[in-house]
Amino acid sequence: MHEPNAFSRRIFIRQGVMLASFAATLPHFIQESALGMLAPEGSGTSSRPGVPEERILVVVQLSGGNDGLNAVIPYGDPEYHNARPGIGLGEPGKAKNGGAALQLDQDRGIGLHPNLTGLKELHDQGKLSVVAGVGYPNPNRSHFASMDIWQCGRPEGKGTGWLGRYVDAACNGNPAADMAVSIGRTAPLAMMGSQSKPVAFESADLFRWLGADAGGTMDAEYQRMARAGTLPGVEAGSQESFLMRTALDAQVTSDRIRAAVKKQPLVPYPGSPLAKQLQTVAAMIRDGMKTRVYYVSMGGFDTHANQPGSHGNLMRQLGDALLAFQKDLAAQGNEGRVVTMCFSEFGRRVRQNASNGTDHGTAGPVFLLGPAVQPGLRGKYPSLTDLDGGDLKFTTDFRGVYQELLGRWMRAPTEQVLGGTYEAPGLVRA
Amino acid sequence: MTRRPPTADLAPLPAARFDASAARHLLARAGFGGTPAQVDALAAIGLDRAVDLIVNYDGQPAKPVSPDDFDRDLIPPLTREEREQLQRARRERDEATVERLERKENQTKAEDRRQLQSLREWWLARMIESARPLEEKLTLFWHGHFATGARTIEDSWLMFQQNQLFRTHAAGNFATLVLNVIRDPAMIRYLDNDDSRRGRPNENLARELLELFVLGEGSGYTEQDIKEGARALTGYTLEGEDFVFRENNHDGGPKSILGRRGNWNGDDFVRIALERTECSRFVCGKLHRFFVNDVPEQDLAPSHAAARAAAVDAMAAELRAQQYELRPVLAKLFRSAHFFDASNRASVIKSPAQLVVQTIRQLGTPPRQLSSLTAACELMGQDLFQPPNVKGWDGGRSWINTSTLFVRQNLAVYLLTGKRPGMYDWENDSARFDADALVAGAADRADEAPANRAAAASARPDRAADLAPEQLVDRLLSVTLAAPAHPARRDELVRFATQQTAPGARAERTLSTLALITALPEFQLA
Repeated sequence: MHEPNAFSRRIFIRQGVMLASFAATLPHFIQESALGMLAPEGSGTSSRPGVPEERILVVVQLSGGNDGLNAVIPYGDPEYHNARPGIGLGEPGKAKNGGAALQLDQDRGIGLHPNLTGLKELHDQGKLSVVAGVGYPNPNRSHFASMDIWQCGRPEGKGTGWLGRYVDAACNGNPAADMAVSIGRTAPLAMMGSQSKPVAFESADLFRWLGADAGGTMDAEYQRMARAGTLPGVEAGSQESFLMRTALDAQVTSDRIRAAVKKQPLVPYPGSPLAKQLQTVAAMIRDGMKTRVYYVSMGGFDTHANQPGSHGNLMRQLGDALLAFQKDLAAQGNEGRVVTMCFSEFGRRVRQNASNGTDHGTAGPVFLLGPAVQPGLRGKYPSLTDLDGGDLKFTTDFRGVYQELLGRWMRAPTEQVLGGTYEAPGLVRA
Repeated sequence: MTRRPPTADLAPLPAARFDASAARHLLARAGFGGTPAQVDALAAIGLDRAVDLIVNYDGQPAKPVSPDDFDRDLIPPLTREEREQLQRARRERDEATVERLERKENQTKAEDRRQLQSLREWWLARMIESARPLEEKLTLFWHGHFATGARTIEDSWLMFQQNQLFRTHAAGNFATLVLNVIRDPAMIRYLDNDDSRRGRPNENLARELLELFVLGEGSGYTEQDIKEGARALTGYTLEGEDFVFRENNHDGGPKSILGRRGNWNGDDFVRIALERTECSRFVCGKLHRFFVNDVPEQDLAPSHAAARAAAVDAMAAELRAQQYELRPVLAKLFRSAHFFDASNRASVIKSPAQLVVQTIRQLGTPPRQLSSLTAACELMGQDLFQPPNVKGWDGGRSWINTSTLFVRQNLAVYLLTGKRPGMYDWENDSARFDADALVAGAADRADEAPANRAAAASARPDRAADLAPEQLVDRLLSVTLAAPAHPARRDELVRFATQQTAPGARAERTLSTLALITALPEFQLA
């Protein structure tokens, strides 16, 4: 899985022999400082406090395939109601199957799920962009394959992740250990670069070795061994090398993160798992960590049967968590630095199934949040009658959304990360 | 330290090379490891008998499993009528009925979650106690392969039944196993086949059968094969909690699946898929990764990658020759020089369940509290009965990140000391772990390294406290790590052990040295 190219070569040349010899034993961020000292003034992308470069991207992954047609509802289209007699929701003010859409775009007859009151509030404040019909050619209806495609940012769904490549590029190949942080059990493929790997944890409280608490002089000994990194002679790419490097990274990032999340948030958060994750992200942003990309996720969207209740709960949790997060950032004074993107691996079929649920489909909406987004419904809402085998045809390439976020928002060279340029409706005010 | 590539076929290891180190490897990979005494006993009986003992485990005692071990009718979930009643009540704002039915539903779910937790502990206890470690290890493998999530099923008894299904066929016939899986109520419910009927097939089960269970993604099947397979599987449904084939829901019409045309049913669909050679390669590839080596393909030298591919091919050929009987393939693998090759030692990252069970079985720690152990497994990314998705756990390096590494180290601290790590809400467990038992008599036991054996024989201390720091460290490293320790590590640990001269520290010397070893990155390797 070698990334092509001139880019890696440049890294190698710049690092030269000196850094290469350190590489095994230094934690990533010390290497980065060493590199920073070598690099000519102004050539790096490392951020200085207070400058607009210090922008942050937060990604919220909805796993399982969010039903886009019931999240961003084309209530004005009779075909929507025909296709979904048992789960279709009513136009604003006229409840149907348990709910009425919240107004999003009256002219186009598009509304939000009744439980997305949090997003509706942000919409009314001009802090919500709803990108309609986001997808990719030759859609894959396997959760994992399609999620891999989204996470890689490539239609073949193989290789490194789009955010990982961004971090690689932004850090000239020497990413700080905490450039990318993922909250969750496993680090997402999206954040796996050829050099950079995210810090991943589920709970900051356990983010250290507790053996020292047993007493004695063990802690000093432990620290020595953990900080040794990859020992001389250990084969690159071996399991030992991977584990030794990870242990070193764990040790040096542990202290920072535990310090960051100690403070009480400035606003109350709901109790859902997504809200807890976003609360942790907000705490790290507030603490001034240098992290540029955060990743959180929420599951349960695979609503094949009896969808209305379960999808309604998911919508409630999602909207409320995002609203609390946005309010927290505003209270911190950090709102202007952060854009949040919320996506799912695919939408669902237009027609409901016999179990009052929906099966795997294709294109779906992407939500962008923050004062910097172009507010309102962006892009073309896919037709419900001009279908491909009963599925929506995408109207915005997902890489176009990435391009806006990385290029316009994060000010990164996108062609190198995305392997091309893509059409996208303006999504970020730059 | 570039290693020579392993042998590419499954030729047996010469009997003379089956030493204690090899026996330890076999016990760790085909099971959950063992104490030094168990390792020595296994080494003493020789390779063939050792593999026979492990693979043909039916002769070993096992706690019987009865359907009554768990409650099938805990509290019956809402009936279809009740669910409809609830929906109607919501529409009509009949709040009293809504409340009554919701309470009933919540009560049922809470009871079921409690039973699911008992089931987790029951299974983990089996892994810890079983005299048939391979049986439980394969049950874990199949659970990850035919991944089904309890939160979706919301029926702990069905998860129990599925677990027992995997145990029954653990080392049996793969074809029989798959035919049972498409009749397994938990799987049918997980992949919505109970909602699939003639004219309205649900593709979920058919898709995962080809993509994840039998052939593997990108192995040449088409979307059309999935659609036709889904038709073949219509009618494989449930009556309450039991499998039933409903002829009138089944689509008996002609279908074309993987190039074969006929009026296929679900069993035919499975058999047609099993006829493809891709199936044996796919399953053996996963078995190889699970039992032999999970270093990512791109990090293997080309010669090692080629050896791996050839070994998987040899396993697959054997599986086909044995008509999908797994036991002979596993026996052949576990006897092979390939399996014992130096490049395949310390090459698998312990899964969380493996880490928990192996630490207990290998070091002889008290098992502590099962509920704590299942909670730790979840934090390490392996919530038993709740794999992250139908693909199961990715395994290998995905187990390890900066966070799970700390949980892993802290789990070992808990097993060794009984001290409660951080935020888990459990009592201290005062059961004392006798670390000295691991090293006492070290000098009398045949160790794998001849140099050590000679050194030990000359010293012959009979108490752990009398061991020289070098002897102590060498002994602990040899019984805990899957490969010889790096010289720098050994030096560091010897220095630490030497410094433990204060009376209290000296008494705890073995335990504190061992705790440090369990915190080494290398300890995560089996």
